[in-house]
Amino acid sequence: MLKIGVLALQGSVREHIQQIQKVGCVAVAVKSTEDLKGLNGLILPGGESTAIRKLLDQNNLLEPIRTLAKEGMPVFGTCAGLILLAGKVVGCESPHLGLMDVVVERNSYGRQVDSFEVELSIKNIGRNIPAVFIRAPHIVSVGQNVEILATFDNRIVLARDRHFLGCSFHPELTEDVRIIKYFVDMIQQFNHTSLAKLDGI
Amino acid sequence: MKLVGTERVKRGMAEMQKGGVIMDVINAEQAKIAEAAGAVAVMALERVPSDIRKAGGVARMADPRIVEEVMNAVTIPVMAKARIGHIVEARVLEAMGVDYIDESEVLTPADEEFHLLKSDYTVPFVCGCRDLGEAARRIGEGASMLRTKGEPGTGNIVEAVRHIRKVNAQVRRVVNMNSDELMTEAKLLGAPYEVLVEIKKLGRLPVVNFAAGGVATPADAALMMELGADGVFVGSGIFKSENPEKFARAIVEATTHYKDYKLIAEISKELGTPMKGIDIAELHDSERMQERGW
Repeated sequence: MLKIGVLALQGSVREHIQQIQKVGCVAVAVKSTEDLKGLNGLILPGGESTAIRKLLDQNNLLEPIRTLAKEGMPVFGTCAGLILLAGKVVGCESPHLGLMDVVVERNSYGRQVDSFEVELSIKNIGRNIPAVFIRAPHIVSVGQNVEILATFDNRIVLARDRHFLGCSFHPELTEDVRIIKYFVDMIQQFNHTSLAKLDGI
Repeated sequence: MKLVGTERVKRGMAEMQKGGVIMDVINAEQAKIAEAAGAVAVMALERVPSDIRKAGGVARMADPRIVEEVMNAVTIPVMAKARIGHIVEARVLEAMGVDYIDESEVLTPADEEFHLLKSDYTVPFVCGCRDLGEAARRIGEGASMLRTKGEPGTGNIVEAVRHIRKVNAQVRRVVNMNSDELMTEAKLLGAPYEVLVEIKKLGRLPVVNFAAGGVATPADAALMMELGADGVFVGSGIFKSENPEKFARAIVEATTHYKDYKLIAEISKELGTPMKGIDIAELHDSERMQERGW
């Protein structure tokens, strides 16, 4: 069975763990580098990106996650998680993990009173997928090899860059598991690819 | 179609705060310290609870200028307090774009009979509770987040402990009940039946529940997490301590790693003097804020 970690420093950890279990995988709450061992993939949950970043630093987790991700571990970030994944965050000098070739802007829909939910059609995934946007960021622009999977109001809200997936909204706050299933498929594809590479040596 | 202010959007906002610390601040400078320490939100106030106690008189919504100053200073969510039942203070804060309103017993109640109908608002609300009846009534009115009440501004954790234990024991009881026992339990608790049905179905409260009131040290914050809080509000504790920056960071870390006792020992070293506490027994009944709310 696939083991998927959820960064468990703060935020919507419980919701992601439940979704992982719902699609038949093993969920691991990641609080230290020790917890990163043997994971097939990692989810960076929603929460407060500034708070999660402080805690990543204090717990020396930033570099180990970056290293594993660069070696091929698939990572999925929702809302704050997307901000952590982004290669550039508008208004910030340096990115957090800087793994995904996208530029992200924080709080781009306004304050909490402007937070909303909507149904999205998502390329390769499906139609009428509920999406909850809470003080959400959006993807301003993407690099050449990034695939745009969903837009809303002419803004990019879900994109994939190789083995990295990031969205502005919170699929974990809904009962719909199609997006997490897509991530699990990504993990399986990547495991196959890396195994194929090993076979070729 | 795009929907704002739905239950999922309002409750979801609180879900994103889980495992975090929300800090009381009275100006932009304190707000920045809180944000830099890793607070998940700040509560913009004119006075922290311990100063409200000292000042006496009627405590009202903060000067909008202070709330605005804090909103402009940080990118994390900003909460603000309205008096219990004060429809206009709440509407004013909503119009200002505050991210969350605390209908709070720390301020002098405006209505001694009715709370706000919080489901009417686009902005989400957090409310205090001492038992499941109070918690369920607030959820019934539309609160999207709860905080178990302590005795604010005392630096004494005893009331917060009492109330989180009580609420969680009552939740466990409801979860383990047979469905045919829920209506009578609703009657006994003074709780809306539908909320108890939801609690039984989910196996927990349907909204996030933080602990509040009297958290004065990192160990206090960790204790509240140990007892099942989803996160912690720290009021006077941080900026009434000797070294607020260090204190704020330590409380954030203790909340995340509440079971890592070696770490809590490490971060509790040489923190300086925490705020001076008050023994609850020394408070007159009229000075107890927790009894406000109905």
